[in-house]
Amino acid sequence: MNAIEVQDVHKSYRRYSRRRQFATLKSALLSGAVLRDLRADEGFEALRGVSFDVAAGKTFGIIGRNGSGKSTMLKLIAGIGKPSTGRVIVQGRVSALIELGAGFHPEISGRENVFINGMMLGLSKREIAARFDDIVSFAELAAFIDDPVKTYSSGMYMRLGFSVAIHVDPDVLLVDEVLAVGDESFTHKCLDRFADLRRRGRTVLLVTHSLDLISRFCDEALWLDGGVVRAQGDPRRVIDAYLLDVTAKEKEQLLVASGQVVTKERSDEPADMFQAVEGRWGSREAEIEAVEFLDASGRPAQLIESGAALQIRFRVRSHQPLNDVVVGVGVFTADGTCCYGTNTAIDGAAAGVLDGEGEVLFSIPRLDLVEGTYKIDVAIHRQNGAPYDYHRQLYVLRVNSGRKDVGIYRPEHTWTCAGALQISGLK
Amino acid sequence: MLANLQNLFRYRALIQSLVARELKARYRGSLLGYFWSFINPLLLLLIYTFVFTVVMPGARGNGLEPFAVFMFCGILPWTWFSSSLLESSNVLVAGGNLIKKVLFPAEVLPIVTVLAGLVNFCLGLPILAGFLLYYRVPVTASDLLWLPVLIAMQCLLTLGLAFVVASLTVLFRDVRDLLANLLTLWFFATPIIYPLWSAPAGVQRVLALNPMTYMIVSYQEVLFREGPYRDWQRMFGLGAISLLVFLAGYFVFNRLRDTFAEEV
Repeated sequence: MNAIEVQDVHKSYRRYSRRRQFATLKSALLSGAVLRDLRADEGFEALRGVSFDVAAGKTFGIIGRNGSGKSTMLKLIAGIGKPSTGRVIVQGRVSALIELGAGFHPEISGRENVFINGMMLGLSKREIAARFDDIVSFAELAAFIDDPVKTYSSGMYMRLGFSVAIHVDPDVLLVDEVLAVGDESFTHKCLDRFADLRRRGRTVLLVTHSLDLISRFCDEALWLDGGVVRAQGDPRRVIDAYLLDVTAKEKEQLLVASGQVVTKERSDEPADMFQAVEGRWGSREAEIEAVEFLDASGRPAQLIESGAALQIRFRVRSHQPLNDVVVGVGVFTADGTCCYGTNTAIDGAAAGVLDGEGEVLFSIPRLDLVEGTYKIDVAIHRQNGAPYDYHRQLYVLRVNSGRKDVGIYRPEHTWTCAGALQISGLK
Repeated sequence: MLANLQNLFRYRALIQSLVARELKARYRGSLLGYFWSFINPLLLLLIYTFVFTVVMPGARGNGLEPFAVFMFCGILPWTWFSSSLLESSNVLVAGGNLIKKVLFPAEVLPIVTVLAGLVNFCLGLPILAGFLLYYRVPVTASDLLWLPVLIAMQCLLTLGLAFVVASLTVLFRDVRDLLANLLTLWFFATPIIYPLWSAPAGVQRVLALNPMTYMIVSYQEVLFREGPYRDWQRMFGLGAISLLVFLAGYFVFNRLRDTFAEEV
């Protein structure tokens, strides 16, 4: 059974620039456009033919860059807006964590706000009374519940809002980027609560930028891009496709007309290399060009099988003779964790010399990484670390494997069982 | 539309709580609290008494003594009417967060405004009663049975207009400013601080187009005039108009409902 069915949904908003022409009654009357203006059939299309189903009891994630239509989709499912065309069908009681504590009145006590907020979310007075203690203890606000809400800190406010919304005990819970409300321990509690809902067969729809959360919690993910569905299915595959696309788009923006040279310059060199986000910097006495990944057969590739060979090849060129040259590479996960980094100096070589053009080939006979998207650093610098040309996480490598193991590193391994334990099918 | 009205019934507990919250929050932080609901009409009455007995004693209608109490019979329902409309014009915009972020029937907001005004109106009634007794105004006891009927009709009429005002303000913020001035004009175009019969015949015909004229005159007759109220026709007509305005207002509100989440 499907908890949510979205069928060919379009949603258009009037563009603000257009709206402004008739922003006042006077101009609307003068131009006779009152009725025309009340129709919302022109303008910006936030969703363009989105269809998907969410099976009951599943945790479903929606990802996409800003403005891709995620939140619009969520609001349509929550019933806050209506699709311009198409249908949204939701089975059961819906609770939406879109804005926490929306509708709290600052002047009255937390207690009264809990009741009013709960009723807004569709609970009866009696239901709220029955859950009241749980709500308060979950929000960790027992000592403050009779104080006016205006005296609450923003964290307390959000916690109370979250607590009310999650105690509605919905059949379908919609969550829009609200887990960042509390400290660590509260976030854990929220996640536990989601897991609990899941165990009880409730459907959760999660919209977030935290890809980590999606891959950890969701049974299925959907990638929205510009109001259309780009991919749907296994969260990790969807996330990887998304990340590849994000990086490709960024790279597109970075490429200059001449070709492969990346020009996202940073005038300020970061103090700590490992704090740095992606970009390119350095003195440019030497430059790196034409960075490529080669697969086992030596052909350029962006996709490498886990456990297969990988080579990273790039050209270096100096404009004057240099006699203090070190080249290095680094491998990062998509969220920026360094998996491995090395350079010629670390590997025991002396400072090199470079006058003119050269080529570097960094070979890994076995790439023992789990499936995922990785970002690669390449650099040429002095022995003391002062960079000639540093490319930070500018290159994307996708590692594929059929297996579902987790983490980053996949050591070669075997299982052996002895005694009364028998597990068949182990390799 | 009917389904929406039915749905609204499910939210009655919420409406009730919101009205209570509205009243509670309004006076939170003030020393006198709820007493302001009594004191406000009292002060208003004193001001009008002062104006019409000291400043311009000639302006009062003949045979309507005490004139201040006569006016008060009209001012009290008018205050409910006008403040409800003024607040309704802002209520959807101010509650934008709710409309955009919570699945929640938007009509609850203007309804709460009108009902909170009703509670304030009812709190003003004892003041009025006190003055009626003090001045020994001969009120016909059976007339008082009409009072709840009148209040119910005014409630419908105000709700209907509040729906229109609230939903139009979302689309055109001009309505707020327009309304403030319109209400001032409307106040003087309703026989509140003058008796209807004192207006020139031509003006009376214009006033006859104003539903609030019938409403206020009915209040005055029920509360102030001697003799039992007998104008069944007016009462029936008023009820019909109020119901019509309510339904029309709710219809407009429903038509515009889908634009709220986007335009607020």
